[in-house]
Parts: sequence; structure tokens; C-alpha cells
Amino acid sequence: MSFERLVFYTFAAILVYAATRVITVRNPVHAALHLVLAFFTCAGLWLLLEAEFLAITLVLVYVGAVMVLFLFVVMMLDINLASLKAGFVRYLPVGATVAALMLLEMILVLKSKGFDAASMPPPVRHAADYSNTRELGSVLYTDYVYPFEIAAVILVVAIIAAIALTLRKRGESKMQNPAEQVKVRREDRVRLVKMAAETRKPAESED
Amino acid sequence: MIPAPGDFVLLLPEIFVLSMACVILVVDLYLSDDERVISYWLAQLTLLFAAVITLSVGDGQSQLAFYGTYIADPMATTLKVAIYLVTALAFLYARHYLSERKLFKGEYYVLGLFAMLGMMVLVSAHSLLTVYLGLELLSLSLYAMVAFNRDAYPCTEAAMKYFVLGALASGMLLYGMSMLYGLTGTLDIELIAQSLGRQTATGPMIFTATFIVVGLAFKLGAVPFHMWVPDVYQGAPTPVTLFIGSASKIAAFAMVMRLLAESIGALQPAWEGMLVALALLSLAIGNVVAIAQTNLKRMLAYSTISHVGFLLLGILSGTQAGYAASMFYIITYALMSAGAFGMIILLSRAGFEADEIDDFKGLNQRNSWYALLMLILMFSMAGVPPTVGFYAKLAVLQAVVGVDMVWLAAAAVLFSVIGAFYYIRLVKVMYFDQAEDTTPLAEHFDLRFGLSANGLAILLLGLFPGSLMNLCLQVMAG
Repeated sequence: MSFERLVFYTFAAILVYAATRVITVRNPVHAALHLVLAFFTCAGLWLLLEAEFLAITLVLVYVGAVMVLFLFVVMMLDINLASLKAGFVRYLPVGATVAALMLLEMILVLKSKGFDAASMPPPVRHAADYSNTRELGSVLYTDYVYPFEIAAVILVVAIIAAIALTLRKRGESKMQNPAEQVKVRREDRVRLVKMAAETRKPAESED
Repeated sequence: MIPAPGDFVLLLPEIFVLSMACVILVVDLYLSDDERVISYWLAQLTLLFAAVITLSVGDGQSQLAFYGTYIADPMATTLKVAIYLVTALAFLYARHYLSERKLFKGEYYVLGLFAMLGMMVLVSAHSLLTVYLGLELLSLSLYAMVAFNRDAYPCTEAAMKYFVLGALASGMLLYGMSMLYGLTGTLDIELIAQSLGRQTATGPMIFTATFIVVGLAFKLGAVPFHMWVPDVYQGAPTPVTLFIGSASKIAAFAMVMRLLAESIGALQPAWEGMLVALALLSLAIGNVVAIAQTNLKRMLAYSTISHVGFLLLGILSGTQAGYAASMFYIITYALMSAGAFGMIILLSRAGFEADEIDDFKGLNQRNSWYALLMLILMFSMAGVPPTVGFYAKLAVLQAVVGVDMVWLAAAAVLFSVIGAFYYIRLVKVMYFDQAEDTTPLAEHFDLRFGLSANGLAILLLGLFPGSLMNLCLQVMAG
């Protein structure tokens, strides 16, 4: 077994383990952490495929930013685990049957002659000085400038949609208005009241 | 290496719509609620000028731009203008509906314009990447529009269903596209067609075609991938249902054309059988289940499913006549659908949606003109001459008979006859039942004018279908 193969199988095994743990552990924080492990291992596999840029982006964006945000959300939300687990056993036979059938169908198709190694040769390896990042950069703003711009528009729509759907005035939310706060005058907060002086009666002070 | 200046000229309609959507977004921030109508008029002006720009840029030639990711051809020009027209109707019908329910916000029109931009991208796509991105731009805007009335539970539920199933469909489509890329080594639709044309269909190719067809069927709402259609149609606010049911169907047709006919046209024998199954099931389930509905929006949803069946019939024939018939069908269907949902909006008022069939009881006594318009729309959907629905169905059936599939045409006619029942039941309810609700109809002049024009267009196109049909034939030949 070559070293590369050893690395691949190690990473693949860790990936499968991590992915399984994501959906089986009870604690949502542990699940999120296993997802981090799955992403990280996946990035390792992508490195083997000579996709260095994508591998690093996966680590930076997903592990570094998305999953950290996700952990915050998981920790802030009070997730009811019991309701999430409810019905798992009831749906298990149907789910397992569907999954098994799909697996069988995929095996049948992928094992057919059209998909064997002869008709799908492995891609050519690149030299050591080949830069994946440079290749991506050279086409992203030229050949693919139109799709790139549409992707940007999609992000704009995502922002507009998120704000349009969530921004609203709620009665129960407590917020401060600094402009109103600094404009406040003494008269608004303090009221001097004239009243007659009171003297305590001795009987009341007893108890 | 930068794109040629001519590329930007071809892209002008998209650039204009995008810029105007951003302008409206910003202008709307500074408007008070009383001036909100300015956003609406800006959106309508955008559509008008976009149509002018599209018509002046399109010169009847097929031109590629941006390294083959964008195409400006007669089909794109025609479909874009049809999309502007239907979107303008959708915006018009939505205006009073939204303002009566305190939903009149600039975001509605901004999201509508972005959705329309997605349709334009889809219509002009010449690369799998552009097809996918256009689809996502369209879908994302639509998800947000369905959830627009976020305090109403049915809207949120419909949006959730639409989102989850839409994501699933995108996944299917993307998987098919990645397989196609693996087989041909290119994303360019023309190069894919060239590459596939040289080989005989192999297992992986059919595997690929299956995923693409399933993804498309999900998006079109063809049986058995139709589950989301009734729930989304019923749950979404009526103007949004109108928009989904009319304009986005034209874009979906363009997507089917670009993906099936233009890129994997060489695999037509493989996907023909799949489309036959989808079309037959859609016609059967759509028409039969619609009979059992009491909610008009839900009934129209099942009616959409059966119309999608007809659309697929034209495409599966794989001939130019078939494609042209399908194009004619989808453009006229979009007009009919806009009109039918527009009628629901006309009858509705704040706190009353008028989306039950019983709400149309005795419409003839309340207002005979709008009862007549609804009659024209329903007859057109059922395919009764002299409305355009008859001619559209006839053209599709001719195309199917043209490729010697008489049995399929016979089945389509049979299911249309079954389907005629529920359209005519609505006519019966309008003319022969006693009105329970005698509130006068909404008085808005623009809404009434738009609906009248829409209904009469259905009748006029039915009497003189020649020019639109010729246009569709020319577009497909060119």
C-alpha cells in the first residue's frame, strides 16, 4: 500500500466516523464539533485531489467561520433533545429500507460497464509547481465573470430576504435610543414634591 | 483579458433590471408609507424599459457573450418580453391586495424584480453554471416572497415546504449537471451537445439524463414530484401564487429547453420515455385530483400540474414544431393563470381571501362582466374554442401526432375531457348558484382594467393565434 493510499484510507475512516457521530451523539455541541472534524478531514481528502485552494477555503470558511457561528447558535438555543429523538425507532424500518434500496440501485448502476475504470480513466497528475490557486484566479474573473456576478446577486437577495423576513418592531423587545437618552433633562427624571413633614408615632415603631 | 464591449451591450437588459432593483431598494428606504406607491411605479417603469431595451438589443441573431456563458437569441428575447408582461400583470394585481393587508412594502417589488432577473438569467443561459445560478436566484427570491406575510402560519409553512423541496430538486439537478460535466468535460451547452452527438448513449449518459429530468420535474411540479405545488399555491399570498404560477413557469420552460433540448438533445430517445411517463401521470393525477378540491387556489394548483403534462407532451416530441407548440402553450398558459389568480384578488378584500370555490357563487348576479371574464379564463384552461387554450392544446396534440404517438394524444384528450368538469363546475357556480355574499367588487380602476385586458387577450389570441404561433415557430427554427 502506497503512502498516499494509507493517508486516504485514514482520512476516509475518520470522515465516516465523524459524520456518523454528527447524527448519533446526544449533545448538540458534540455534534457540531464532530462536524468540524468531518470538514477538516474532508479538506485533507481534497488536498489529495490536488484542490489545495478549495481545501484551505473549506478550513478557513467552514471550520473557522461558519461552524463557530453555528456553535454559538447551538449554545444559545435551548434545543429540546427529546422531541428531536421522538419517532426515531418508529421511522427506522422505513428509512432503513429506503436507504438500503437506494444503495442497492446505486451499486447496480455504478458497477455497470459504463462506470468501470476503463471508460473513466483517472485524471492526469500535475507537476509539483502547478498552482491550483493561480489557475482558479485566472479564470474566475475572466471566463466565469458572469456566473461570478450572479453569485454576488444571489448573496444580495439572501441579505434582502433575511432582513425583510426578520426585521420588525416587536412590542416585547427592550431597546435603548441613545439620542433620546442624551436629550433628557433634569425635569423629565426628577420631580420635587412639597409635602408636610411626618412624625412617627411611638406605637408603630414597636413592631 | 476582459470581455468585449459588445458583450455588455447584449447583457444590457439584465444590467438594467439589476441596477433598478438596487435603486428601488435604496429609494424605498426614504419613502413614507403614503409615498410607497412610488416604488411600485418605479418597478413598473423598470419592466417597460427592460422590454424596450430587450427588443432593441435583440436583432434576431444568436450571439454568445461572456465566454459562452450567456446567449442572446430570438427565443431568449421572446420569452423575456413575455416574462416582463406577466410580471407587470403580477405587480399590478398585487398592488391593492398588499396595501389593503398592510403588506405593501418595497421589498415585495425588489424581490419580485430579483426573481425576474433570475428568470432572465435562466432564459439566456448558455452554460450549466448559469442555468443553475439563475435557478437559485429565482428560487431564493420566491422562497422569501412566499414567506412574505410572515405572521400568517400557512405562508411560513408553505415557504418551508417550498424551500426544502426546492433545495432537494436543486441537489438532483446539480448531481445530474456534475455527471454531465464529468462525461463531456465542459459546462458550455453547445459543446456538451457536440460532445454527446458523437457518441452513442451509454449507461452513464442515461444516468445523467435521469437526474436532470428528475430535477426539472421537481421544478416544474410534474407528477410524481408535484407534492409541493398544492401546498405552496394554497399557502402563499395570492399575488405570490400568481407570480409563481405564471411568470416562473415561462422560465421553467426555458430551463427545460436549454437543458433537455439544447444540451442533451442527442439523448432524446432516452429522455423521451421518461417525459411520456411524467406527462401521462401529470395529466391523470392533475385532472382527477382537481375534481375533489373545494379550494380554488388548490384546484388551480392541480390544474397547473395537468398543464405541465401538456407542456411536456410538446417537448418530448423532440421536433421544432413540438418545441414551438410548447412555447405557445406556456406563454398563453401564463396569461390564463395570471388572469385566474387576478380574479381571486379582485373578489378578495382585507380579511377575506375569496379562495374557496363557494366564494364565486352567483358572481353573475354581482357583476356579469367579471363573471364573463372568469368564464373565458376557465373555458380557455379547459380548452374550449374559441379561446386560446383550445388552440394551444391543439398545437401540442398535432406535434405529438406528428411523431406517431397517437395513443398519447388520445390519452391527453381523454384526461382533458375529465379536467373540463372542474372548470365548468366553477362556471356553473358563478352563473346558476345564488350569491351568498353581495359585497360589491373592489373598485380599483387599474386592477379592473388589467383584468379586462387580460381576459380579452385570451379571447383575441384564441381568435387570431397565427401571429404568436408564427413567432414561436420562427424562434425555434432560428
